[in-house]
Amino acid sequence: MAMALTMAMAIVLGALALPVSARADSQKLIHSERSLYREVLVYESGNERCMCFTRQCRIGRQTCLDMRTPDRFIMNYPQMMMSALYLKPRPQAVLIVGLGGGSMPRVLTKLLPESSIDVVEIDPAVVSVAKRYFAFQPGKNLSVIESDGRVYVKKALREQRHYDLIMLDAFDHEYIPEHLLTQEFLREVKSLLAPDGVLAANTFSSSRLYDHESVTYASVFGEFYNLRRDNRVILATNGKLPSVGQADVNSKALQPLLEAFGVNGERNMALFSTRRDWNEKARLLTDQYSPANLLNR
Amino acid sequence: MQVILSYVIAGWSGFFVMAVELLGGRLLAPSFGSGIYVWGAIITIFMLALSLGYLAGGRLSVAQPSVRRLGSILLLAAVTVLPILWFGDAMLDRVSESIADPRGASLLAATCLFFVPTFFSGMISPYAVRLLVNDRANSGKHAGQLYFVSTFGSAAGTLLTSFYLVLVLEVNQILFALLGISLVIGVVACAVRGSADAAE
Repeated sequence: MAMALTMAMAIVLGALALPVSARADSQKLIHSERSLYREVLVYESGNERCMCFTRQCRIGRQTCLDMRTPDRFIMNYPQMMMSALYLKPRPQAVLIVGLGGGSMPRVLTKLLPESSIDVVEIDPAVVSVAKRYFAFQPGKNLSVIESDGRVYVKKALREQRHYDLIMLDAFDHEYIPEHLLTQEFLREVKSLLAPDGVLAANTFSSSRLYDHESVTYASVFGEFYNLRRDNRVILATNGKLPSVGQADVNSKALQPLLEAFGVNGERNMALFSTRRDWNEKARLLTDQYSPANLLNR
Repeated sequence: MQVILSYVIAGWSGFFVMAVELLGGRLLAPSFGSGIYVWGAIITIFMLALSLGYLAGGRLSVAQPSVRRLGSILLLAAVTVLPILWFGDAMLDRVSESIADPRGASLLAATCLFFVPTFFSGMISPYAVRLLVNDRANSGKHAGQLYFVSTFGSAAGTLLTSFYLVLVLEVNQILFALLGISLVIGVVACAVRGSADAAE
């Protein structure tokens, strides 16, 4: 009995210890920078370079890049986010909230050279690290605005701007800006979308927050596509949601272009679902009630 | 009775200030974000208002101090929270439209919303010290006990609001509840007869 227990413990401990030490050994810290908000760290292991906000990338990686093929997405969620193009293949004006390593804007400028892309990032240190280590290069059609996401959305509304595609990617595993996950914010985002514009949001797939967040998105956008893997991507539109058949036609038409960036159209399309797999009685998140961080556990 | 009420008011006022301060972050976030500037602005305005409140409360305690007056200060601090509930959103929109710089804008917004109630809250502790101290030898002891109660109240207000209350109630509901409790304590204090000097 005691023997079995010891062995079981050894196995459990082994399972816990191995991946951590393996990761710690192979990861090399190549840059760290303190900002007003956090510490921005750049790690390399093999050909992979990652931006993290915690030591040894303990809690999630913000973005990673394969240095041999910098244009290929190597994480799941950004290539899932590209599914937004199946609903809106040629967006003229794009807004991205949350820069990270800038992999999405970098790919989108290559994919859509005629479109204008605005990226909002709150942390100047993230911008400078993305430029130095992640080949992020603002230019004529790609601008970066250093601002809080919601403050920018309100400002853009006052200036009567509209975007055909808005991508929300401002959350990390550690801390959620709670004012970016409320019904009022989503309404503002919806008003900022052009008619039939598309919203793609990278959010959470687990924890109690899943139910609250789903209910809140549904209250503003009605039906939406819910793509779930380890992350969750919500695709919603300001208008009628295009059918899966239509999205599939677009995905096939786009695949020759998207192939080079590591986007797999078939795999993405297999994730499209409108099933309401959440508790519809969960409480709405509003500016008055938004304990997102307390719910994310 | 006077002694108990003085402590209760000081402790509650500590709770009230920190609860409003935390909710202040919530109220400002939709317009100005929740970055370090916004928290910096809120904390600055609260500290400034408290410091001036201490000065005013100490001055006011010189002439005819009474628990009744202490209660009225608590009532004033509560009632001046009402404009936050009524005009808060409209005011925040106006400020964010007119000032582009996030630092200036959040300082102005925090001033408009929180300066007055926090100023009145600041008056409470020095005023309560006057009601509690009746000889010089024990003045430090009384002041120490009062600081304890007031700051302990602040700790409780911070913890309860940020860990628990925001999970069950809406921001405005919490503000109304705080206001209600202040009104009850304030009215009870106003009903008490007698001055500090009469108690000596």
